[in-house]
Amino acid sequence: MKKIKTAIIGPGNIGQDLMIKMSRSPYLELACVIGIVESQGMQRARAMGADASIEGVDYLASKHPDVQIVFDATSAKAHEAASPKLQQAGFFCLDLTPAAIGPYCVPAVNLDKSMLDLPEVNMVTCAGQATTPIVAAINGVADVYYAETISSLGSKSAGPGTRANIDEFTVTTRNALMKIGGAENAKAIIILNPAEPPIYMSNTIYTRVRKVDLPAIRAAVEEMGERIRKYVPGYRFKMQPILKDNNDDIIMTIVEVEGLGDYLPVYAGNLDIINTAAIETAEAKARKLLGEQA
Amino acid sequence: MNTITLTDTTMRDGSHSVRHQFTETEAALLARAMDEAGIDIIEIGHGDGLTGSSCNYGFSAFSDAQLVRAAARVVRRARIAVLLLPGIGTAEDLREIQDAGASVVRVATHVTEADISAQHIAEARKMGLFVVGFLMMAHRAPADRVLEEAKKMESYGANVVYVTDSAGALLPDGVRERVSLMRENLSVPVGFHSHDNLGLAIGNSLAAIESGASYIDGSLGGLGAGAGNTPTETLVAVLNRAGIPVMADLFKTIDASTKVLGPILQRHGAGIAPLEDPLLLGYTGVYSSFMLHSKRAATRFGVDYRDIILELGRLEAVGGQEDWIYEIAERMSK
Repeated sequence: MKKIKTAIIGPGNIGQDLMIKMSRSPYLELACVIGIVESQGMQRARAMGADASIEGVDYLASKHPDVQIVFDATSAKAHEAASPKLQQAGFFCLDLTPAAIGPYCVPAVNLDKSMLDLPEVNMVTCAGQATTPIVAAINGVADVYYAETISSLGSKSAGPGTRANIDEFTVTTRNALMKIGGAENAKAIIILNPAEPPIYMSNTIYTRVRKVDLPAIRAAVEEMGERIRKYVPGYRFKMQPILKDNNDDIIMTIVEVEGLGDYLPVYAGNLDIINTAAIETAEAKARKLLGEQA
Repeated sequence: MNTITLTDTTMRDGSHSVRHQFTETEAALLARAMDEAGIDIIEIGHGDGLTGSSCNYGFSAFSDAQLVRAAARVVRRARIAVLLLPGIGTAEDLREIQDAGASVVRVATHVTEADISAQHIAEARKMGLFVVGFLMMAHRAPADRVLEEAKKMESYGANVVYVTDSAGALLPDGVRERVSLMRENLSVPVGFHSHDNLGLAIGNSLAAIESGASYIDGSLGGLGAGAGNTPTETLVAVLNRAGIPVMADLFKTIDASTKVLGPILQRHGAGIAPLEDPLLLGYTGVYSSFMLHSKRAATRFGVDYRDIILELGRLEAVGGQEDWIYEIAERMSK
């Protein structure tokens, strides 16, 4: 079957994990990787049969006109600089940085056909992919007026890009808790924990709700969990929604994400949840493109 | 020896003890008392730093900016500091807080994660703030790793880097090892923040100073998370006794603790261990059982018991000479 050619910018933790995941896709074929220096990630790309260059987005646009989907896994600043060129070249871009130029895309909540016609969409953050669906599910039945998330990542799973962008990470996640989750106000917190062996990605989601209907909340959250597990099998509840304190309106839910262990070991569920969301979106786009060509 | 720069964190680390419910009025009262006592830097805000007010850490009664503004209005000499934990607060949050009157920011990360503070330290410096790098849970990493992380903070622009014993778990040797390695290899001053969980806050602070630290944290009455921080008033007494220069005045610091903080804590249903009496005994080197006798005599003759203790120290009374107490009190009352 014909596949859609893709490129990855930024062969770091996220980029290399994407390479491995993409190699299993029936719709996507990695054609080119753009880095800033020769690195392990560049070698991995070549070993997988892709072109790899340190000559930037211009190289990608001029040498690979047949590429249709680009994953940007650099940093917010780098994506801001690259975005106009990528759009000009006509790529469909999946932005995995917190730059958030395009609209937020969380497949379990809002991936629809109109989104696939845009020049770029933003994959929020790993924390956003893990938490906004739960807030959206609770908001659907209980009217969330405040959402707060604490995402704990193993230190080894947070690369230099994430570390240089902590503020963009928390701000983008917070904005998505409101835009995708439907909360009126929100706060996002990220914690890096260097414990050995590394901790699994863990997300605590507090929602303050106007309708404290715990059975309805649990059912909605469970259903959303099922939907997410279709593309992130290791997404599970460490704590089902409970009232934080009796006679209060704070609902507390904890989810843990176990990855597939592709590039980093299984503790790095944060890589998996944003990357599988990106692949899910890219495949939807690829199916659409293939349909158009057929 | 260089003068020690004292940072009092009663209104930040101590805010844990009142569930972050300090009011603007209380912030102003405490800030004025600390400023008059000669405290160099007064840290204010939610215990978990800027925008720490949350479901996870507890909601504050007043915003960080409100408390900073209330304190900044009344201080004349002291600088106002806030804490920023990257991942909880953002560099953007510093603008409002600088407008409110803060001139120092302490940027805190877990001891192995300094690289998440680069943007905040650089941005704060660009804004003209004095920036303290705060390496928390310093017991979790060996000295060479602490140094590596401290160097990162220095390279981002930190004016001071702290060894922060958040769990009160370091022993004096561990403090010496970390502080002296940083002192030898950094060009910026080194600080030390302690918790008294093993009863070592004062001892560890001294060990830090002996190893070259020149920024030390305390809180009035030791108010703070766990067993509390290094009690500022005891610290001042000890520094005076050790001949280590410090700006703060001992009796005014004691007054800030007992006369200002004490009643405030009562209103919050919290309290601190009474430190004034024991620290006076240690400070003056007076026989411990003289304290209660001196208090009774002070009441009987209407004098300040602290003056009796000071006089007993000056006269070098020895154990057994409780009779001198009445004689001193009677003489003072004339």
